[in-house]
Amino acid sequence: MTHPIFGALTLSDLPFAAFIADPSVTEGVAAGAQVIVFLAIFAILAVLTRYRLWGPMYRDWLCSVDHKKVGIMYMVVGVVMMARGVIEGAVMRANQMTALDGGGMLSPDHVGQLFSTHGTIMIFFVAVPLVFGLINYVLPLQLGARDMAFPVMNQISLGLTAAGAVLIMISLVVGEFGTGGWTAYPPYTSRLFSPGTGTDYWIWSVLIAGVGSTLSAFNFAVTIYKKRAPGMKMMAMPIFCWTVLCSSITLIFAMPPITVSTIMLAADRYLGFHFFTNDLGGEVMNYANLFWMFGHPEVYILILPCYGIFAEVVSNFSAKRLYGYVSLVIATMAIAVLSFSVWLHHFFTMGQGVNVNIAFGVATMAIAIPTGVKLYDWMGTMFRGRVRLSTPMVYLFGFYLLFVFGGLTGVILANPTIDYQVHNSMFLVAHFHNVLIPGVLFGVLAGLHYWFPKAFGFRLAERPGRITAVLWVIGFSLTFVPLYWVGLMGLPRRAASFANPDYVPWLIWSAVGAAVILAAVGSLLWTIWTSVVHRKDLATPIGDPWDGRTLEWSVSAPPPAYNFVTIPTVAGRDPFAAAKAAGVAYAPNPVYADITAPAPTVVGFIICVISGVFGFAMVWQVWWLAALCALGIVGSVMWLGWRKPRTVVTTAEQVKQIDAPWRQAALAGPGVDRGLEFTSANRGLAAPDMVQDA
Amino acid sequence: MWVEAAAFVATLPTVPESMFDPMGPVAAEQKAHMIRVVLLTMIAIVPVLIGVPLLAWRYRRRPGSKAKYTPNWGFNGWLELTMWGVPIAIIVVLAGALVYSTKLLDPARPIGPEPMQVQAIGLNWKWVFIYPEQGVATIDRLVIPVGRPVELVMTSDTVMLSPMAAALSGQIYVMPGMVTRQNLQADRAGSTTGRNMMYNGDGFADQAFTVDAVPAQAFKTWASAASGSTVVLGAADYARIAAPGTGEQALKTLGLSDGAGGAMRLGDPALFQQVVRRYHGATPITAEMQPGTDRYDGGHEGGRAQ
Repeated sequence: MTHPIFGALTLSDLPFAAFIADPSVTEGVAAGAQVIVFLAIFAILAVLTRYRLWGPMYRDWLCSVDHKKVGIMYMVVGVVMMARGVIEGAVMRANQMTALDGGGMLSPDHVGQLFSTHGTIMIFFVAVPLVFGLINYVLPLQLGARDMAFPVMNQISLGLTAAGAVLIMISLVVGEFGTGGWTAYPPYTSRLFSPGTGTDYWIWSVLIAGVGSTLSAFNFAVTIYKKRAPGMKMMAMPIFCWTVLCSSITLIFAMPPITVSTIMLAADRYLGFHFFTNDLGGEVMNYANLFWMFGHPEVYILILPCYGIFAEVVSNFSAKRLYGYVSLVIATMAIAVLSFSVWLHHFFTMGQGVNVNIAFGVATMAIAIPTGVKLYDWMGTMFRGRVRLSTPMVYLFGFYLLFVFGGLTGVILANPTIDYQVHNSMFLVAHFHNVLIPGVLFGVLAGLHYWFPKAFGFRLAERPGRITAVLWVIGFSLTFVPLYWVGLMGLPRRAASFANPDYVPWLIWSAVGAAVILAAVGSLLWTIWTSVVHRKDLATPIGDPWDGRTLEWSVSAPPPAYNFVTIPTVAGRDPFAAAKAAGVAYAPNPVYADITAPAPTVVGFIICVISGVFGFAMVWQVWWLAALCALGIVGSVMWLGWRKPRTVVTTAEQVKQIDAPWRQAALAGPGVDRGLEFTSANRGLAAPDMVQDA
Repeated sequence: MWVEAAAFVATLPTVPESMFDPMGPVAAEQKAHMIRVVLLTMIAIVPVLIGVPLLAWRYRRRPGSKAKYTPNWGFNGWLELTMWGVPIAIIVVLAGALVYSTKLLDPARPIGPEPMQVQAIGLNWKWVFIYPEQGVATIDRLVIPVGRPVELVMTSDTVMLSPMAAALSGQIYVMPGMVTRQNLQADRAGSTTGRNMMYNGDGFADQAFTVDAVPAQAFKTWASAASGSTVVLGAADYARIAAPGTGEQALKTLGLSDGAGGAMRLGDPALFQQVVRRYHGATPITAEMQPGTDRYDGGHEGGRAQ
């Protein structure tokens, strides 16, 4: 059986072994990816050592329980993984362009691994960390709170997500990944049909990160329930908080099915159970049901907070209160509830009766109603407003232009009759990219531009920001519109080759689009880099660069560790806009008091490392190591329960030292006129702007 | 007779793999329904595509703008009613269309009286078609008579697959131990391609089959020629060709030349039922006995005893 010390791990699983054994193009591409990983690790280690950053990184980041730092670290994980995911997408487009009659440069098995890692990474390790990162950063600030309800648990959630991401990166250099797609449908993923350890990488990275997501969801929901500023009734919360609440509740109910189905798949693979086998009463259809009971709500878990971001952005940059707040809250709830009633539309073609298909088809269409209402409400917000074309608004317009077609194809796919034809085709691939890229990714990027000055004290440069946004819109359209078409012409998804020469011109356009998307990612990194270089010109230390309406804009940029000197009292929606209109935005003489916060701890990082090693040991069946790690995780959690919670106190004097200079500058005025918003005159203090009601 | 049948097939017009050039009533209705849905949904989409640029331009912030500005306006009952009402109305109409077309195109419902039954077994990476009525079997080639309803009765002897001939009908999953049905009909003669739409490993992309819709008389000629073939497909032969590989390799294993068009005499009329029933027993079906795995032994170890 397996080796007592090394488990299933052999020399041929080590990096570059496959390329040395078989120096073909496809192994060359894989080896190239491994080189990139090693170079990146080496570069990070070099920078940390050269600039003596090991200590600060450990003390100020890895041990931090501050929601703001946790949020930023989530975003870093998301951006790093996005780099890999986008490159994989571009490699697949380039490969398929040349894949007529099996002419592609990559082997079918390599293609299988690529679409599996691309999907798994983009959903679990790009979309989730990016969205959770923004939520982490913004939520307590918008609620008027000093931190999350459970700051240490927040750190552990991040650690578990990072462990899953690292595990999937390890699969690139040690061994291989599965070829069962991001859904990992058995029986294809059973030991019988997928005997390697690739599928196990999928199982353990998804399971470990999934625990982190579940903990996060509880944290978000409890924070919203318990940590709102005095006076902030539920219906006075910023709309972003509402979307986070609905998303969190959805997540809490959606995670158990995938956790259970993944454990059942693991039981089949490791212990010879028969949950999803072909024989002895195994039932593959149960897996499809369980997976999509999670999988479909997951789409809304990711997109609801992004709808929230768009709503905040459109209200802010139209200089107007949000139109139809109550409608938007109801629509958000409706989407969250309906998201659990549509999972079967992922397999209309599994042979169930027509009445079942009809019920789920109609439920799927019904989601278009609250979604449409959201889009119309934001148009109502622009109506009779004063619209400013900032980068987040460019993303919003890109969203409007593209997302409606994602909605159109969604309604098309909701019809079982048509789904029979286009299911499993490139049409479907184009559809979900058309929802996730304009919906989730544009939302995240709009949020990044919007809140970046809050987090770092300087704006992102506008010009490169807008160019990036336009590149994304063009790149998306070029890549995915042709894929709709080849899908209608019969090209299945996940095909390593095809026989119909008519696809070729469309696939070339699609590959050109992928190149534009790569340029957009490059442009995004350039935007961040050039903004860091010119951070003095872009600085907005007072903290209100956009004439904001909600509480996060009422504190300095970056905010102090404790967020608020005194917890604000709130009377209604848009409290900061109301305070500015009344001329009481920055109170001259606050009462300074000691502020207590939970002490930094290394437990999240320890759990991150142990759970990552645990996953690796389980993948390679190194049982002694897995058992040790399991003990370590249990031990850490028990220690957490028994330890005496430590706190750190910022004294009133220290708070005053941090706060007084900022407050003086804010009170000194005058603020910047909105016409100069994108110039270096914008130091983060807003002058009253067009306050008259017509 | 072989020559006759083969010559006829050579003259069949090639039909692309898409519902947009339908060969029969199912795909034609699917195409019609798709156009219906697109047009109806446009009612909700066009206002957004026109309205957003108009609003952004009309209400852009500029000094001396004459456009109205109401920063504290956030609700209007009639507007709300429209925003909710119009999408609801569209979805109600769309839902009606959905119910109608879904019931009409139930894949399990025969299109007309006395459909011709064809059994299909999905394998890695090929299809075995069985004609119980005619006593014929083919590999990677489905021959159907024009004008007669056809009922495909399908299963898989490997992982989950999803066969589809887009010019004729949609896809339906096939799963081991289970039977799913797809009813279809060809209204004109032609040759098109069908394929597996669900990933099942390295040979996935090439798992296609030819669908030849031929006039009724030609079908009869073809079937009687095939049922007189010296090449026979029985349970043991099936076990041999079921191992992972292409249809071409399977034909070679059976000793079939191209001229025969992949057709042979069916040796065992219960072959399809055996393949389905095998997974329902109380004994494990090991990797050596499952045709989709690397360890499949071709039925040598008595794996196909039943």
